[in-house]
Amino acid sequence: MENILDVAIIGGGPAGLSAAINAVARNKSVKILTNKSNYLQKAEMVDNYLGFHNISGKKLMQNFLEHVQSLNIAFEYGKVINIMKYNDIFMINCNGEIIHAKTVILALGVVKNNLLKNEENLIGRGVSYCATCDGSLYKGKNVLVYGNADDIIEEANFLQKLGVNVTLITAKKELHDIHKDINILDGVVTEIVGNHKFEAVVINHEEVKADGLFLLRNSIAFNTIINDLDTYNGYIQVNRNMETNISGLYACGDCTGEPLQISKATGEGLVAAQNAAKYIDSLKEMK
Amino acid sequence: MIKYPNKEEFNEIIKNNSLVLVDFYASWCMPCKMLAPVIEEIAEEYDGKVVVCKVDIDENEELANEYNIMSVPTVVIFKKSENIEEIIGLNDKSKYTRSLE
Ligand SMILES: Cc1cc2nc3c(=O)[nH]c(=O)nc-3n(C[C@H](O)[C@H](O)[C@H](O)COP(=O)(O)OP(=O)(O)OC[C@H]3O[C@@H](n4cnc5c(N)ncnc54)[C@H](O)[C@@H]3O)c2cc1C
Repeated sequence: MENILDVAIIGGGPAGLSAAINAVARNKSVKILTNKSNYLQKAEMVDNYLGFHNISGKKLMQNFLEHVQSLNIAFEYGKVINIMKYNDIFMINCNGEIIHAKTVILALGVVKNNLLKNEENLIGRGVSYCATCDGSLYKGKNVLVYGNADDIIEEANFLQKLGVNVTLITAKKELHDIHKDINILDGVVTEIVGNHKFEAVVINHEEVKADGLFLLRNSIAFNTIINDLDTYNGYIQVNRNMETNISGLYACGDCTGEPLQISKATGEGLVAAQNAAKYIDSLKEMK
Repeated sequence: MIKYPNKEEFNEIIKNNSLVLVDFYASWCMPCKMLAPVIEEIAEEYDGKVVVCKVDIDENEELANEYNIMSVPTVVIFKKSENIEEIIGLNDKSKYTRSLE
């Protein structure tokens, strides 16, 4: 099998970055898989993170990133679609590429996907979360692309170049670098229509029909990412060691619950990384 | 042993066997590669009880259309020729074996 990482960290916010530097401090091989945008960048002023009063979220995030980069920690920009554990190894599908790791730390932040009506029933039945994964199935067909993902235009262009007829649904006024053959539809999707198979979306009370719908958001519901993960009130269930109910899988930061604050996120990142390191060492001893 | 049937063979298999598991996959699909060892293991463990087939959707477009495959991997389980369950995407082995029990 190709390279197996010690620790794969999903999410590059304060929790994930703290986990990364602490896993490296324990001599583990680490990669951070993450979307580009994050929550902290939006904070205008942070005044409760010890040692940095009156700092903008953007500047604090930049400091965090510089720290991580000074340790040459690898980043892979992309979205993690799902994870499967098989024979003690995690296989992570990041935009259609597979990454193998002994442990995984989820540092996903808050995932507030208001699922659209019928979305859960129709996923894989004409509704897809991943253009690189399912695009080829729609060559010569008409698809709709919708969502808030950072890279939605690149993904729409990718589909169009693959030979798919793309209509991008967006309320955004400025659209840079978009493929000239892509249709643009202004609006907000309120419902998905289809019985066992995707048929249409509802926009402004009107049905728009197509062969498929690519729903491209920045985040993916926890239970879609990995089967049988315990959650409570929309957060991932962990114990004081930041262990989830799946051995080798840890979670930290906003995705584990309140308070949704930076120092809690970085603290949990450290705990998760140290316990992941211990777990890896115990795997070695068993062999 | 995993079978790689064409359309005619496929129809024969589901007609003549009480329990059949079919993995619809594509050569370009990475998650399908992740699932492959799981399917192999199931084929071994359930040898003699379940017929396990793999169908490449690019080579068997008709079958893929007939079963409305719109995402790969999709695993379809047939009991006495009837499509009893469709499991979409990548899942733990237990999710497949639970459906076979
Ligand atoms: C306006 C505002 C003001 C705030 N002010 C303060 C403050 O003053 N003090 C304070 O302590 N806290 C503040 N916060 C909260 C703070 O920003 C969060 O608590 C902190 O960012 C949590 O860190 P995290 O790493 O858990 O999650 P996040 O920072 O949300 O990072 C998660 C990362 O994971 C990525 N991700 C998610 N899903 C996937 C996936 N499937 N694949 C790949 N990547 C994925 C996300 O895109 C993101 O980059 C504020 C937040 C906001 C929005």
